Amino acid sequence: MLRVGIDVGGTNTDAVVMEGRRLLAACKRATSEDIGSGVVAAITEVLRQASVAPSALAAVMIGTTQFTNALVERRRLNRIGVIRVGLPAGASLPPMTAWPEALEQAIGAHTTMVSGGYHFDGRSYRDLDEAAVIAHVRDCQRLGIGAFSVSCVFAPVRDEAERRCAEIILGLMPQAQVTLSSQIGRLGLIERENASLLNAALGEHAQRVVGAFSQALVEMGIAAPLYLSQNDGTLMGAARAQRFPVFTFASGPTNSMRGAAYLTGCRDALVVDIGGTTTDVGALVNGFPRESSLSADIGGVRTNFRMPDVVSIALGGGSRVCLSTDPPQIGPHSVGHDLAKAALVFGGDTLTASDVAVAAGRFALGDPGRVAQLDPARVAQAMQQMQASVETAVDRMKTAAGEANVILVGGGSVLMPVHLAGAVQVLRPEHAGVANAIGAAIAQVGAEVDRTLALAGQDRATVLAGLRAEACAASVAAGADADSTEVVDIEEIPLTYLPGDHVRIRVRAVGELRL
Amino acid sequence: MTEPATLTIDQVDLPQLDALAIGAAFLGTGGGGDPYLGGLLAASAIKRHGPVAVQPLHTLEDQAFAVPVAMMGTPSVMIEKFPGEDELDAAAAAIERRHGRGASHLMAAEMGGVNAMVPLIVAARRGLPVVDADGMGRAFPELQMVTFNVYGVPASPLALTNETGEQVLIEAEDSRQTEMLARSVIVALGGACAISCYAMSGAQARAASVPGTLSLAHAIGAAILDGRRQGDPFGALFQCLAHSPYYQHYADLIEARVADVDRRIQGGWTQGACRLEGYGADRGRTLELVFRNEFLIAREGGVTRVVVPDLLTVLDAQTAEPITTDGLKYGQRVRVVAASAAACMRTPAALAVFGPARFGFDEPFVALERRPDHVTRGVQA
Repeated sequence: MLRVGIDVGGTNTDAVVMEGRRLLAACKRATSEDIGSGVVAAITEVLRQASVAPSALAAVMIGTTQFTNALVERRRLNRIGVIRVGLPAGASLPPMTAWPEALEQAIGAHTTMVSGGYHFDGRSYRDLDEAAVIAHVRDCQRLGIGAFSVSCVFAPVRDEAERRCAEIILGLMPQAQVTLSSQIGRLGLIERENASLLNAALGEHAQRVVGAFSQALVEMGIAAPLYLSQNDGTLMGAARAQRFPVFTFASGPTNSMRGAAYLTGCRDALVVDIGGTTTDVGALVNGFPRESSLSADIGGVRTNFRMPDVVSIALGGGSRVCLSTDPPQIGPHSVGHDLAKAALVFGGDTLTASDVAVAAGRFALGDPGRVAQLDPARVAQAMQQMQASVETAVDRMKTAAGEANVILVGGGSVLMPVHLAGAVQVLRPEHAGVANAIGAAIAQVGAEVDRTLALAGQDRATVLAGLRAEACAASVAAGADADSTEVVDIEEIPLTYLPGDHVRIRVRAVGELRL
Repeated sequence: MTEPATLTIDQVDLPQLDALAIGAAFLGTGGGGDPYLGGLLAASAIKRHGPVAVQPLHTLEDQAFAVPVAMMGTPSVMIEKFPGEDELDAAAAAIERRHGRGASHLMAAEMGGVNAMVPLIVAARRGLPVVDADGMGRAFPELQMVTFNVYGVPASPLALTNETGEQVLIEAEDSRQTEMLARSVIVALGGACAISCYAMSGAQARAASVPGTLSLAHAIGAAILDGRRQGDPFGALFQCLAHSPYYQHYADLIEARVADVDRRIQGGWTQGACRLEGYGADRGRTLELVFRNEFLIAREGGVTRVVVPDLLTVLDAQTAEPITTDGLKYGQRVRVVAASAAACMRTPAALAVFGPARFGFDEPFVALERRPDHVTRGVQA
């Protein structure tokens, strides 16, 4: 099965062609401002190298950090209208409580809390105040806001009020984008609402980015379906990705770790992924990213997604460096995709981490003459500092004392030496620079069974076992390899408002793509 | 070596809240509500009204009037319908009206989860101090399960309020009956309510409370946070417990994956059981936990390892973040830690109110440090 795996980062767009588990070709291009032309350039080049015709492809899989970066950098976020149904409950903590102020300002939400909501058992404690919803939507319309987040107390138990709000919004503004909290998260209003707000604020950017991906494929005559990597390592179709950009959040680290496992054959290791702007350190356990069991913070906002356990530091090949301070200042800002223009070695006028590494003789890039005048003592100090910050991050990710295998991947992996404190050995495999794109191309396949049923008179264990088997079978039917398929999530919500001990059970199974 | 558990705090301001929320979650033994939520609510009250003074129990004057406030009901309801300042204040006010006197102090009935925090919300709003004590040094699912009741203070009269402004005042013969009446009202009011009860004089509070538990919660949380920065949160936690006045016997039970969670909102509680399967050094071992809001009993191969009133807490295996019974998820990697309850919680009179039999477990209470299989891994007590 021939397919292209692509990683669209803030700095570079990488592409690989794979057939089965075999890597045929790989290349790296700068991410373009319009996203699409960089994708076209990378795919064109990698298909040429592999001598593969666009029509021969069975799938194109894209992993992207565009949406995570947009949040972290607080750019390209659209204004949102926020409706929380729940009053008189919940007024003590309005939407966006405890958000970083800068992010709240960047989004510029227009918020209201209205009467309505459900008890735990689905009984309504107040009717939805439709007049207040209508008034708020009209306000948003006047302000030019076209994206909405709707949340309601106990929406995972009963989503009628949220769906009614969506009807009202779309009735008044047929073009509006609406995110309902019940489509995104589980019980826990703060976390579910936060994810819904983030999703709504990324709506326009998602339209643009996913649209650019699809357009790129059309331009190249590729008819194969387009998939995007989700935060749990599985794929989703382009249409869904456009509506739910929030599900792509942790796909970067997941892909790089799985790519690292593929490239080294190493099942247990710490993976250091050095990109253009940030370095992510994660842990591979038995070939899979170790999951964080804490609430996942995204850009300082608490959500309840399942995410790989990752430590991120602001260090990358494009990090701006100032040598005149003591100690030298490295990051947090990066020149991003302007690296090939802005860096000194490329004739630009910005000193970056890559320039410092070239000056230190770590690797060759551009015109080394342009960094020859840098003070060698300062350069050495900056290199030492970068290494120490990665070593500290590696140390934080260790579960046990002692030394671990460390795999270096990512375009910026050349910044590091092959010896790091706390590492038994440091592996920097061939094609380390495109580990993310490989991870996207060997993505996993998942399926979910979501069933509301009456448990009365049935043995719960038998019911669960049946649903587990069903989810695994659905995952295999969707293309997963049966041996590697396992249940990764079970969520059970009792629906006490229905007679007969009703529960809603969601079971999710995931396996390796069958090749 | 510092002895963090002996550190007392004399006020709660924003910097203390993170540690307090984590420590209260540890003492919450899975219940008492989402500590993050409690932290947010207390922070928003303190930002509006200023910090809260903390008074040591032994300095409380005889004629002081200490009023406990709490959230009662299902923790799973509170993560959707947040407790509100107005309804908490209204519950305290109803009790003050009934007694014909105003509170001089607010107080926690249970120093666990949200309920360690809610007295701070009312105290901040009123500009009153809180007492450094509670009625258990942990959390329990029922109203009568407090030292106040064991040592002579009745739960009745009790006021319940909810977010829609509904209010119920209960007068009952004894604390157990008060619990039964309040529980049925709570279900009708939506599963979780603000309550105020066990209002008492300073003299009564000194005789019937577990002292120093607010400071202890803070110390435990500070140890976990500190330990995280040093890379060993469990080591720091054990060190802190070992030097504490109540929790000095502890057991590091298992490191495991959550293999099954059977959880129901029932009768005004979050009830169920959870099966943990060991990994790493604990591979092959299985621990069963039964909970009703709080973790009540841990059994391994049918043999009880720990039972109430001793404390049983599930923590994230990496960070030692306590996990509540409604936060348990399939696949989580956790570590289970148990600790001894305060001596006044293990007397025959106390066990008659919250011993194993009161939770339907047909076995006598055996202190965790007296069990033949008791092993303390990690730091030695």
